[in-house]
Amino acid sequence: MVTPTQAVLSLFLLFALSRVFLRFRSGSLRKVGFFFWVVVFGFAILIVIFPGLSTGVAKFLGIGRGVDAVVYTSIALLFYLVFRVHIMVEDLRHEITELVSKLALDEFKKKNEKKSSKN
Amino acid sequence: MKLLIGIPAYNEAGIITKVLCSLPKTIPGITKLDTLVVDDGSTDETANLAEKEKVYVIKHLTNRGLGGALKTILYYAKTNQYDFLVTFDADGQHDARDIKRLISCMNNARSDVVVGSRWKNKTRAPLSRKLINKAANITTGILYGILTSDSQSGLRLFNRKAIEKIELKFDRMEVSSEIFGEIAKRRLKLSEVPIRGIYTNYSLSKGQKLSNSFDIIFRLILRFLQ
Repeated sequence: MVTPTQAVLSLFLLFALSRVFLRFRSGSLRKVGFFFWVVVFGFAILIVIFPGLSTGVAKFLGIGRGVDAVVYTSIALLFYLVFRVHIMVEDLRHEITELVSKLALDEFKKKNEKKSSKN
Repeated sequence: MKLLIGIPAYNEAGIITKVLCSLPKTIPGITKLDTLVVDDGSTDETANLAEKEKVYVIKHLTNRGLGGALKTILYYAKTNQYDFLVTFDADGQHDARDIKRLISCMNNARSDVVVGSRWKNKTRAPLSRKLINKAANITTGILYGILTSDSQSGLRLFNRKAIEKIELKFDRMEVSSEIFGEIAKRRLKLSEVPIRGIYTNYSLSKGQKLSNSFDIIFRLILRFLQ
């Protein structure tokens, strides 16, 4: 028997999975990223529908309860994601700086060319 | 021999004219001496005041930080084939007479990079500044394996080889430590020369603060782990 919570969570995870698929199809997600997210969301759906599975995983990892294993894994995953987002933001900053620098140098060059042609 | 004095400036209208007027007009052995101010998206009159002093002024559309301005200076020096590049802070904390000391140190020690060290001279400075600098020196030493007494100094001299080889990635204050990383990575010869640090209420309000030094160290470590 599927509880309302399981149904809502499963629907949300299926929605997330569909977004992953769409992003992969549009080419904005690489193959490695696609498989990573399919495994993450697919495993999450399995845990939601069959909660007993998490106990087996917990025992395998040497953690007492299944729910603890889920929480620990989620925290580790969130840390990793925050790290990735941070790096992505920094990379974007660098790209903006490159653009600003290039525009400033081009503008300076144009201004100098104008000046020398006047003289 | 061509020398470029590169000044990264952000909202320095209060002092930029005084700083530019203090710079040497001639240096023995230098046939062409140019000054370039990179106005890093200032919202005040910094760029206009600098232009009045008949120096080159390159204007960033938005503020990108010290690293961003230094990248533009380095690129300009590289593409215009300068033999030497001096970086000089716009907040009035350097004594322009020290530029000649840097050049004679480079000639004597045959170095690729000479950094002006404010701490070799036992400069009188607030405790917070000394602490920031110590922490930054230790972090620079651990991350890049290079020892320095002033990793945050803005007064530096690069020769042609260093101008060609150094590639900067950081946009903000971390760039000062990154320069030492590049010196180590590119196997450039580094020398330090004592310089005078001028600490006024103005320069203290503009420089690094204890509160953001942790942020700088955090970003250095994160980038190192990437």
